[in-house]
Amino acid sequence: MAYLELKNVCKTYEDASGGTEVLSNINLTIEEGEFVAIVGFTGSGKTTLVNLINGLIKPTSGEVLFKGVPVTDTSHERGVIFQNYSLLPWLTVGQNVYMAVKEAFPKESKEKLQAIVKDYVAMVSLSPAINKRPKELSGGMRQRVAVARALAMNPEMIIMDEPLGALDALTRGNLQDEILNIWSKDKRTALLITNDVDEGIYMADRIIPLKPGPNATLGPEFTIDIERPRDKTSLNDNETYKKNRNAIIEYLMDIGNERKSVSNETYELPEISPKSFVA
Amino acid sequence: MKQSITLNKITQLMGFGFLKPITALFTGKPQKEDVVNFLKKIIVPLLSILLFLGVWQGGSTALFNKEANFKIEKALADQGQAAADEMKACIASGEISCQPNTLPSPSQVWASFKTLLEDHKVISADKLAFKEKTAAMNEKRVAAGKEPITYTGRPSFVDQIFTSLKTVFAGFLLALVIAVPIGVVIGLSTTLRSSFNWLIQIFKPVSPVVWLLLVFMIVKTLTKDSNSDSAFIISFISVGLCSMWATLVNTAMGVSSVDKDYINVAKVLKLGPMQKVFKVILPSSLPLIFTGLRITLSVAWMVLIAIELLAQSPGLGSFVWEEFQNGAIDSNSKIIVAMFIIGIIGFLLDRIMLTIQNMVSFNKNEGV
Ligand SMILES: Nc1ncnc2c1ncn2[C@@H]1O[C@H](COP(=O)(O)OP(=O)(O)O)[C@@H](O)[C@H]1O
Ligand SMILES: [Mg+2]
Repeated sequence: MAYLELKNVCKTYEDASGGTEVLSNINLTIEEGEFVAIVGFTGSGKTTLVNLINGLIKPTSGEVLFKGVPVTDTSHERGVIFQNYSLLPWLTVGQNVYMAVKEAFPKESKEKLQAIVKDYVAMVSLSPAINKRPKELSGGMRQRVAVARALAMNPEMIIMDEPLGALDALTRGNLQDEILNIWSKDKRTALLITNDVDEGIYMADRIIPLKPGPNATLGPEFTIDIERPRDKTSLNDNETYKKNRNAIIEYLMDIGNERKSVSNETYELPEISPKSFVA
Repeated sequence: MKQSITLNKITQLMGFGFLKPITALFTGKPQKEDVVNFLKKIIVPLLSILLFLGVWQGGSTALFNKEANFKIEKALADQGQAAADEMKACIASGEISCQPNTLPSPSQVWASFKTLLEDHKVISADKLAFKEKTAAMNEKRVAAGKEPITYTGRPSFVDQIFTSLKTVFAGFLLALVIAVPIGVVIGLSTTLRSSFNWLIQIFKPVSPVVWLLLVFMIVKTLTKDSNSDSAFIISFISVGLCSMWATLVNTAMGVSSVDKDYINVAKVLKLGPMQKVFKVILPSSLPLIFTGLRITLSVAWMVLIAIELLAQSPGLGSFVWEEFQNGAIDSNSKIIVAMFIIGIIGFLLDRIMLTIQNMVSFNKNEGV
């Protein structure tokens, strides 16, 4: 039995004109302990796919099975790191994490919970900022709080929706390593959504492209057979890396061109705006 | 430097941003732009005050002359030249009995203001003396199980201000206690929202006078067999009912339009319904709730005067009305004094609410 399985999943957002099918016939299987990355253009339906898996929305048709059981609601077993960090601005860093831990471990004493919060905030190196509010933090710091909040609940599976998309290259690299560290420690299962092929290859065991929507489906998967821990600097000379990278990029460019030649229709752009990182 | 930062923060939070140029001038070295700012933000407003006083002075002089001429001509027509001359001399001499009754000048208003303060001092002293005189007797009366004797003399202008403030706060609290919980409940449920919308839309524009009459009908009957202060009860309930709508609508709107991201967080963390309301929905709608409360307080203060006037409950409203009916020579200037006091207190109340509103507000993008 697969750990996570999507069978012929379709999702249509209803609207006045009947709605458009964003995802069509998604079939995906993830085994326990795997690190899978999904790459795709913005607006292709990646967030929709993530929300189907974490239980925030339901498929129009098809099935999402987690450990063999249909997903009907959110669960503490699946931790989510949102694309926009979604911290609660009226709570401090510590309080944001505490709220999550308290829900995840309702039976623990207050002292124990505080200790967990402290540990995870320290893990993302934010101890000095534990009493600050999100507005006093930079984008990278906020994202680390979101990471700490998701991981502190000790989920079996980590679902990350473009968690590093809005960060600068340096911060991005650091956080990639931090996430890999945590994932490898007790070999959780991880699903990473990204729009950066290099990030996918560096972090994942398998990469699956999502063809652009509407009617997005998953493309052929690419297995990344590179030994862990991977080293960023030497990766550039690694043959497997180069081969995979070229293949994936070629594939993405092909479907990108295909899309252009097939339709002259203009697509509605997703509502993504730059965020202010300076508090 | 640290001191000036906190000073600036406080003035900014209070919405007294216009004080910044002054704090800038006196904390640290003044820069050239500070001086320009000082001119722009302090000197120009001061000039506008002078202009206002000038127009007022000119207007009241013109009105005075018109009223005086009318009086003299009337005397001429009714009683002949001699009476007209007498009237002219009388007006010029400043004799109180023959002064034209019209818009008072700034200096007359200032004089009335001082009179009112003097009057307050006299009454306060009187009250204190009364209290001392009756202290021993009251003790005995209380010991014997009788009501103590209380001061029943005329309230001073300052007493009226405090009575009005008391009424407005009672009304405001009533509005808060009614409107916030109902707003939250309505905001949480689309069904309730659409079923109660008609009620809100119909009652919102109802005039304070009508509310007063309605409350009067009910309270009059309810307090029939008790000797409680029904004028106060009627006016504060009317104030509360008139002013609560802004809070009701804003609370419902805030609660129903919580950012989808926060709701998703609540779902992913699997917060219970109570937790979700108190930990996510209420905090995120606090800014809108306080916007509503701020409008409520200013509406409450505005309608209070009219309601006091009609309900004949003590306060600034009845002060204005009594002065108007009194028709004494300085009545008009006392009314203008009351007008300024009402305006200034309204402004201060609004600033206090703005400060609180700024403290609970957060930027939508802050958590993103
Ligand atoms: N709640 C929604 N209602 C209607 N349309 C939506 C909703 N969420 C997303 N969409 C549409 O679905 C498409 C895919 O969106 P999304 O999953 O956010 O893409 P991605 O995460 O890959 O950028 C977009 O065209 C978007 O406009
Ligand atoms: Mg997305």
